[in-house]
Amino acid sequence: MTRRRLPEWFVLLLPAIVVIAAVVLIPLIFSLYSSFTPYKLTRPSTLWRWVGTYNYEKILTDAKFWAAFGRTVLFLTVVLNLELLLGLGIALLMNRVTWGQRTLRTILMFPMMFSPILVGFQFKFIFNDNIGLVNNVLQSLGSDAALPWLVDGRLAMFSIMFAEIWMSTSVFAILILAGLFAMPRDPLEAAKVDGCTPWQTFRHITLPFLMPFIYIAMTIRSLDVARAYDIVQIMTGGGPARRTELLWTLMSRTGYVDARMGLANAMGYVSILLSILFTIYFFRKLSAARAEIGMAG
Amino acid sequence: MDRNRTHRNRKRLFRLLHLLAVFLTMSVICIPGLWIVLNSFRPTVEIMAKPPVWTPSFTLEHYRAMFGGAGEGGVPVFDYFRNSLIVSVTSTVIAILIGMSGGYAFARYRFRGKSGYFVGLMLFRAVPGVALSLPLFIVFARVGIIDTHFGLILAYVAMNVPFTIWLTDGFFRQIPKELHEAAEIDGCTRWQAFWKVEFPVARSGVASAAIFAFLTSWNEFALASQLTRSVGSKTMPVGLLDFTAEFTINWGGMCALAVLMIVPALILTFIVQKHLIAGLTFGGVKG
Repeated sequence: MTRRRLPEWFVLLLPAIVVIAAVVLIPLIFSLYSSFTPYKLTRPSTLWRWVGTYNYEKILTDAKFWAAFGRTVLFLTVVLNLELLLGLGIALLMNRVTWGQRTLRTILMFPMMFSPILVGFQFKFIFNDNIGLVNNVLQSLGSDAALPWLVDGRLAMFSIMFAEIWMSTSVFAILILAGLFAMPRDPLEAAKVDGCTPWQTFRHITLPFLMPFIYIAMTIRSLDVARAYDIVQIMTGGGPARRTELLWTLMSRTGYVDARMGLANAMGYVSILLSILFTIYFFRKLSAARAEIGMAG
Repeated sequence: MDRNRTHRNRKRLFRLLHLLAVFLTMSVICIPGLWIVLNSFRPTVEIMAKPPVWTPSFTLEHYRAMFGGAGEGGVPVFDYFRNSLIVSVTSTVIAILIGMSGGYAFARYRFRGKSGYFVGLMLFRAVPGVALSLPLFIVFARVGIIDTHFGLILAYVAMNVPFTIWLTDGFFRQIPKELHEAAEIDGCTRWQAFWKVEFPVARSGVASAAIFAFLTSWNEFALASQLTRSVGSKTMPVGLLDFTAEFTINWGGMCALAVLMIVPALILTFIVQKHLIAGLTFGGVKG
């Protein structure tokens, strides 16, 4: 009897599949199971009690959860859109720079390489109401009130969004700039000859060409939107009075502070679904946009 | 004549505005980082001064405290640095080996459900670190590898593999197939063809994938904050938290540690930038 040999591609992929199965898939299956139990870290025996969809029903009827969920969606919508617009703007600016472009591009990449936790600390310092840079500058310019950046709910949300945008706009700027560099010159010149206004040229020639690059950036971003957790955790910890609580901070509070792992895992699944939907959506868009301009193959 | 001049003035104004916009953008990007670096060299009294002191004085107090003895405020920065280095380097090496073989499979072989496999792998990368840390924490505690380098390395390898596959897939795809076919005709085995012909061509790309993986591990917080407990395994992002007490934060010491974290990252970014962009744009779901 001869044993069928595994195909080569599968052998090559096997280590990756094994590692991911062991470290991600199995824990995820475990957390799926535990989300149907009242599991508490302090009482291990609770892991074996099956309560069905009780945890899910509980979070779906919990106003705090929905507030955090809504805030997360709002946060992502605002942040991703602004990052895209700013990134596009910066890329167009950089594309016109005639000298020192390489240096500027390198500087542009720096925020990408900052640890999210560091970004959080950095802006916690800068937005500090007492000794922070922002308030110091404002006061030196003659404003007498110290703005409570991280203490007031709205201002805190603004500060967090600012930090997040500061950190991640470069992803868009860099990739869109790469798109601009790769762009063929002929259609642009043809449009000029045909009398297109700059806006028309941008709207109908530049933008469609940039779409795949925008979707690549979106896909990469959607892979790690949850990094915002680090920033929020450091800057406000979800406070003041849960005004900046996002899905991820609520989850970690429920899991680690309240030790209610079953409930936290149920929330975890909601957040995983959210991330996966984002990712699949942009992957699809990416393939479609690539096919459109003939980059697929 | 007159129209010419207004046209020229308009153009000049436009150039000026453009320059101003570039300058503003660069300031917003640079100032937060510079502020941290600057403050790591200022004495604590000056950082806390009210009204603010704008003319900075220079001191190495925080660095001296950080590297000397037990570390500033008892924060064992040196141990954290060592842990970060061990965990990041080891997990990067393993992730690159695994990711490279996976990327090669995607770039060179045709098989059913290829894009399905690819997106599937990416989805595992999309799982939020916090959500994954909950079950990982329990599982690792059961297995007994919590608070060890090994556990953290394992987690980071799994985290970095999908993205490494994405990048290396892109780089191998750019190498024409004819290259290894020619090598095989000349009598190389498939392995030799890969190792002697294709790998050297893709080397810079693989290096940039490695640097990206290294930075991801170097910067990671959500998992590390739960999977590490003691000085023996805490990494620097987690160590940064040691500078915060209930109501006070040792800003100077924190800034110094931050600089220690940024510098390697910046140097690596500088080396890698060109290849990284190429890898991201040409890899991914194609065919």
